[in-house]
Amino acid sequence: MQEVINRAKELLADGTVARVLGWKAGDLPYNPEPAYFESVESLEDFVYNGFCGANLSKYMIEASKLEGKTMVCLKPCDTYSFNQLIKEHRVDRDKAYIVGVGCKGKLDIEKIRKQGVKGIESIKGAEITDEADNLTIQTLYGEKTCSYADAMLERCHVCKGKEHKIYDEIIGESKDTKDADRFTEVARIEAMSPEEKFAFFQKELSKCIRCNACRNVCPACSCRKCVFDSNKFDSAQKANVDSFEEKMFHIIRAFHVAGRCTDCGECSRVCPQGIPLHLFNRKFIKDINEFYGDFQAGEDTEARGPLTDFTFDDVEPGIVGERG
Amino acid sequence: MYKIAKENLSALFRLIAESQELYLPVRTAEQVNFGVWREDAEVDLDTLKSVKSPKDAFFPQSENLYTCIKEGKKIQIEPEALKEQKFVVFGMKACDVQGVQVLDKVFLADPVDTFYAARRDHGTIVAMACHEPEESCFCKVFGIDCAEPAADVATWMVEGNLYWKSLTEKGEALTKDVESLLESADDADEKKVEDEKAAIRSIVEKLPYSNLSLEGWNGDALSEKFDSPLWEELYKPCLACGTCTFVCPTCQCYDIKDYNTGHGVKRYRCWDSCMYSDFTMMAHGNNRTSQMQRYRQRFMHKLVYFPANNDGMYSCVGCGRCVEKCPASLNIVKVIKAFQKQGGDK
Repeated sequence: MQEVINRAKELLADGTVARVLGWKAGDLPYNPEPAYFESVESLEDFVYNGFCGANLSKYMIEASKLEGKTMVCLKPCDTYSFNQLIKEHRVDRDKAYIVGVGCKGKLDIEKIRKQGVKGIESIKGAEITDEADNLTIQTLYGEKTCSYADAMLERCHVCKGKEHKIYDEIIGESKDTKDADRFTEVARIEAMSPEEKFAFFQKELSKCIRCNACRNVCPACSCRKCVFDSNKFDSAQKANVDSFEEKMFHIIRAFHVAGRCTDCGECSRVCPQGIPLHLFNRKFIKDINEFYGDFQAGEDTEARGPLTDFTFDDVEPGIVGERG
Repeated sequence: MYKIAKENLSALFRLIAESQELYLPVRTAEQVNFGVWREDAEVDLDTLKSVKSPKDAFFPQSENLYTCIKEGKKIQIEPEALKEQKFVVFGMKACDVQGVQVLDKVFLADPVDTFYAARRDHGTIVAMACHEPEESCFCKVFGIDCAEPAADVATWMVEGNLYWKSLTEKGEALTKDVESLLESADDADEKKVEDEKAAIRSIVEKLPYSNLSLEGWNGDALSEKFDSPLWEELYKPCLACGTCTFVCPTCQCYDIKDYNTGHGVKRYRCWDSCMYSDFTMMAHGNNRTSQMQRYRQRFMHKLVYFPANNDGMYSCVGCGRCVEKCPASLNIVKVIKAFQKQGGDK
């Protein structure tokens, strides 16, 4: 972390960048927030630890409109989102100085809470330099330990790898934390009967409170004005008119980001109701891979997206019907 | 005071549900929210905070106001019926009960909101003391005692028993309805409850936010707080989602919308969020045009405008849901602290 701060100070001091986009220490052991730092002194509050899961790529849409360059800290998986945003002309590469920061998997406070941990006073083992396999958590109700891997965000268990796909420089080591296949759960749901599938999604999506956090955090959801925010339609963004709409909102969103979603997992990270929203996106990714060959959105800035390209080898749309 | 063994609670719920609707914390797809009791519901009284506050019981996220039905040249208007049946909300915490007091100030003041008033009239609140408060809690800052919730009935869960004390007429009536399942508590039981209260209060003293100072936040602070340059800094990570407002027990803003049913119009109201770009949109446009202004609105409302209009009552109850749920880890505590820090730096 200190190395990132030192570099940020240099870049600010020599005028290479006008600001730094990173994370600011929170007031609890697990709540750092995305933040801009405009002076060397303000970097005192800079933090980079296991709880810095927020993907800062989307913030670069706004930062691209500001004077001067922004140093942005991106983890390996965040760089896929950044590439995709370049491809969609939503961020300006020339306005970014990308510091690829090392990552060994990010933590999910909800997973820690689920293990019965409450009254948290401090958490040891979440620093980027910590080598321990366990988190030691001091709470008002005694000391708890929890394995780092068990506390990781779902997306880290299906890590895309430790390689930064775009950067100006890299600071720190990364670790590939993949220990599961990202399509396992999709395949499990595919194998369900239509009734079971419906019941599964009905149960999950009925929790939706229409806070729009999934949409607002999503780097692929970068429309200036979302259709759900329009008052010209009956599709209110604030409440589910009926149980049909609560499903449609998420399904429409998944269709809209299909082929562009990098599977960054932010939608599921931010959902206050713990809805596994990434499953919709992964279903599309799995289908796209099967129909058009393996494709990873955000891998680079040039390749044409499978849904915006045409070749004579493409499957016919009728395949959906044929597959049943 | 009465008591009932934890294992008999399902019988208690069944008995209540025989004569009235019962809302209580239910676990669905791994999350706990208040829902209607059913025989197969997975009741969860151990999780301290439901994701959404229980305010839905009195002020649902979405409710119909009336329906217009068009038949040829005739239009028929059917107003939505007001709540006419009694219901019980079981397991509310002291902060959420205070949240209802805040809503009362808004909806029961002239002009009275009849939909809300009908629900308040028919609802009985059974509150539960907070067995193990968490680090995100700061109800003490608002003078709330989570060891002794002020509701129709107060309850404490201690060592496998639920202790039950009615505090109002509505509470007495409910107690009478379920008396057959309750046992009288003796002196030893009273002592257990007192010990539990003391234990809760001693934990509350140690919570990181319990000493948060609200100095400078009051109805007279309008210009000073409104014009502060700090907001420009504070709002920046905000994603403009509605999480904080939709999990909040006191956020009371709503929008009224029409839904085209194909043969008429359904006019409904739904919670609004000051974080949303069309919040308070009027014919002339929107009077808050930037996210900074919308972000500022939320905190000014809770800590300045509301106390200005309600004898100093804040419209935050320190439940800490926003602390836990904000996707960008922003919250009202950080705002209060940022202003305090700035004041100290001067």
